[in-house]
Amino acid sequence: MDEILRVRDLRLATVDKVLVEGLSFTLSRGERFGLIGESGSGKSLTSLAITGLLPDAIRASGQITLAGEEVVGAPERRLVGLRGNAVATVFQEPLTALDPLMPLGRQIAQPVRRRLLRQGLPATRPDITREVHTLMDQVRLPDPDRLMRAYPHQVSGGQRQRVAIAMALACQPKLLIADEPTTALDVTTQAEIVTLLRSLVTDLGISLLFISHDLAVVGQVAERVMVMRDGHMIEAGPADTVLTRPRDSYTQSLVAAAARFDAALEGDA
Amino acid sequence: MSLISVENVGFAYGTGRAVLEDISFQVPRGANVGLVGESGSGKSTLLRLLLGLETPQKGRILFDGAPLAARDKRFMRGYRTRVQAVFQDPYSSLNPAHRIQRIVTEPLRSLKVAGDHHKMAQAALEAVGLGPDILQRYPRQFSGGQRQRIAIARAIVARPELVLADEAVSALDLSTRVRVVDLFQSISQQMTMIFVSHDMGVVAALCDHMVVLDRGRIVEAGETRAILRNPQHAYTQSLLASIPRMPVPAQI
Ligand SMILES: Nc1ncnc2c1ncn2[C@@H]1O[C@H](COP(=O)(O)OP(=O)(O)OP(=O)(O)O)[C@@H](O)[C@H]1O
Ligand SMILES: Nc1ncnc2c1ncn2[C@@H]1O[C@H](COP(=O)(O)OP(=O)(O)OP(=O)(O)O)[C@@H](O)[C@H]1O
Ligand SMILES: [Mg+2]
Ligand SMILES: [Mg+2]
Repeated sequence: MDEILRVRDLRLATVDKVLVEGLSFTLSRGERFGLIGESGSGKSLTSLAITGLLPDAIRASGQITLAGEEVVGAPERRLVGLRGNAVATVFQEPLTALDPLMPLGRQIAQPVRRRLLRQGLPATRPDITREVHTLMDQVRLPDPDRLMRAYPHQVSGGQRQRVAIAMALACQPKLLIADEPTTALDVTTQAEIVTLLRSLVTDLGISLLFISHDLAVVGQVAERVMVMRDGHMIEAGPADTVLTRPRDSYTQSLVAAAARFDAALEGDA
Repeated sequence: MSLISVENVGFAYGTGRAVLEDISFQVPRGANVGLVGESGSGKSTLLRLLLGLETPQKGRILFDGAPLAARDKRFMRGYRTRVQAVFQDPYSSLNPAHRIQRIVTEPLRSLKVAGDHHKMAQAALEAVGLGPDILQRYPRQFSGGQRQRIAIARAIVARPELVLADEAVSALDLSTRVRVVDLFQSISQQMTMIFVSHDMGVVAALCDHMVVLDRGRIVEAGETRAILRNPQHAYTQSLLASIPRMPVPAQI
């Protein structure tokens, strides 16, 4: 069966609070799946649960099967093998995922090297550097010579976000999780990243779990979407249907808000 | 008189190449100004200069008629009480060791605002859609959008004269975004705001004026409506042309 991810009845809770409950969905190979929902509804925690990176205070129950392996309750050494190989993540706040004390070029080089070795390809320094340059070019990072040597705080917010995307792409995982990967990007760069993600997913047969507040972007990226609120799934279906004819009242309010900002652009606000 | 006047400002980090060149604009008291431009064009750097975190190598910045003296400790102490910022990376701007209560009341303490600080913090948090139960928790226990709203609550709690907001609503879902934009609108009479955003819809809804930066230079500035209707510069035109729109329902 060509299923890369199966989430069954997922529940995430702290000692005194249930954060996610009764969540079930599946993703097939090569599929682009969008996750939208209210701030605090549990999108990022769900993505952390899939990679086994939940904070200590949060317990998961239910089932998460990723590339045939059970994640919930798995020992850390099994999970380390999955991360970067079966799954890679672009985290919501890139600054928290980057090492503040390491030049950006070396941070991108690490997953490149691991992947080349995994694929049995030559991984000499020039091989790695060439790959790093290609990736920086793909995510439209300017001035590669300076950026390779720069530290995270020495580049702009959108440049950091693109470094994080390059690092995840370097893994060529089976499943790519991208949590708000384009929030810090202007519309021109965003359009290029969206095109890049779509073409890589197609060319490499990667599955994509795309979390975003930008409904228009989700509409361009995802074939299927799920809407979350307050730890629950409230609506799911083909992207076109959900975004143009939402059934749930919360999804309707999102679509109405998008229309309001579109109208402001037309000068009608 | 303008609250802010930026005059022929040029800036580079260290000995690197110029990040901002020949920047001039005025912000009247009470105005909302949108600052837009491609990633890396210098928007956050300009805010850092306005905050006095960096000093321009060329030109000068006036606040309320007085030149911003970033190296003058006394001047800066007074200045920091009148200006608040929402930074682009909310997590790194919230002290991880402090509870939300302490973080949001901090401007009230440093400004020695009279009254019940706890109540004021609670009201500011409620205005951004967060309940009082969060006051005893720590920043890492929140979602990205919740952290961003905590940073906004901290910025507005003491009703500063000037708010500099860097991508302050980018991590918010649309219904929360409407709420926060409405909040900014309702207090915008008492405050001057410079609002960096990639979301042109938000800028259109909130800012009467906008400034467009391209590779460190201002390429267009003026009334938001006029620029949206009739963008003059090629960069602004391409910026407006590439805004993703909602899918349109299939005609039956
Ligand atoms: N370490 C933690 N301890 C306790 N509660 C937490 C912790 N991390 C997150 N939460 C809570 O879990 C809920 C879901 O958080 P999550 O980060 O998944 O939201 P999200 O849907 O990604 O929101 P956003 O769109 O704002 O990023 C939130 O209410 C948040 O406050
Ligand atoms: N500390 C630093 N040292 C050297 N260069 C820097 C530093 N901080 C930023 N830069 C560079 O200055 C330029 C402008 O960065 P800035 O952060 O102002 O851009 P921005 O317009 O805010 O972009 P974004 O939309 O991506 O946040 C970028 O090319 C960036 O790499
Ligand atoms: Mg999140
Ligand atoms: Mg910036």
